[in-house]
Amino acid sequence: MIICVSAQDKDPGAKVDPRFGRCSYFMFFDTETGEFEAVKNPNLSANSGAGPQSAQLVSSKGAKKVLTGNVGPNALGTLTAAGIEVLSGISGTVKEAIEKNK
Amino acid sequence: MIISVASGKGGTGKTTAAVGLALSLDNTQLLDCDVEEPNAHIFLKPEIEKSFKAGIPVPVVDRDRCSLCGKCASVCKYNAIAVLPNSAAGSGKVLVFPQLCHGCGACSMFCPKQAIKEVDRPIGNIETGKKNGLLFAHGRLDVGEAMSPPLIRQVKKLADTSRTVIIDAPPGTSCPVIATVKGSDLCLLVTEPTPFGMNDLALAVEAMHKLKIPVGVIINRCDMGNDKVETYCKNRNIPVLMKIPFKKEIAKAYSKGSPIIEPLPQYKKEFRSLLKKIGALTRK
Repeated sequence: MIICVSAQDKDPGAKVDPRFGRCSYFMFFDTETGEFEAVKNPNLSANSGAGPQSAQLVSSKGAKKVLTGNVGPNALGTLTAAGIEVLSGISGTVKEAIEKNK
Repeated sequence: MIISVASGKGGTGKTTAAVGLALSLDNTQLLDCDVEEPNAHIFLKPEIEKSFKAGIPVPVVDRDRCSLCGKCASVCKYNAIAVLPNSAAGSGKVLVFPQLCHGCGACSMFCPKQAIKEVDRPIGNIETGKKNGLLFAHGRLDVGEAMSPPLIRQVKKLADTSRTVIIDAPPGTSCPVIATVKGSDLCLLVTEPTPFGMNDLALAVEAMHKLKIPVGVIINRCDMGNDKVETYCKNRNIPVLMKIPFKKEIAKAYSKGSPIIEPLPQYKKEFRSLLKKIGALTRK
């Protein structure tokens, strides 16, 4: 399964970004291979609709679970429609978040 | 001719000037484009003849035709569409966020399968009417709507250019103001001689220069504050076309919702000479 974590930087030791739609990076972790992939968030400075666009990106990467600090209503609606489980209120580092919520 | 009446700062007297001007001339039309808080009708007291809903076109996706290619989402500047090829149900989904949609039509234009049709989503009301020979129209944005420019543009479509069209703009320098003043032959900027009036006048002048719309300034409550507005206009070669003093009769009329020319009919002459000055400026 692929887990996506909103992150403030592009490495596993980075802090979880409290925002989903406008986080700095998306960190994708593949539980089968143990590999990380960092994707810079192109929606960081979008005028509007950063949430749904970020959710679309996360869905296109095949993620089935999202770990983040806080997720807005439009992003949550999109993630849910895409069949992605969302866990909010997550803090600490990306690695810790994955360890606790695999 | 289209004359818009704007200001950077709110409460400087835009509506006072716009209504005064409209009532002093023959063959005029007044459009109140401050659709978030229209108030020119309070001064004018027009007879409303028609009222109709105004909307913006938002996309509706026909899933039988849609191939989930994602073109619509990628061309949408406002991120109002999300395409999910791997959705929960397995068949893919297209989500539309109507509140984010500006009604530009790019999604339906670029859809390779012609799977998108546009349906009007109501965002407000337009009312039209008359006051003696003067034509009047204003827009009223629905509560909870965030975007006024689409409604403003529809009010402006009613402009009858065989008349002198006077448009009352919202305050500020953001999108609603830009949507309102675009296409005007001249923009009257109403200000007051205070540090606040000065600050926001400079912003409005810059915005109008960017739009290449000629400006003229009206200084309201001209006998208070300081002379910085006048110095600024002089240095920048911006014509001060009219000055309205800080008078008790004017304030009294305002407090009763009466236009300035009711207690002070001599202002009709002032407004007519204002139109002449505007005519001279726009012919340049």
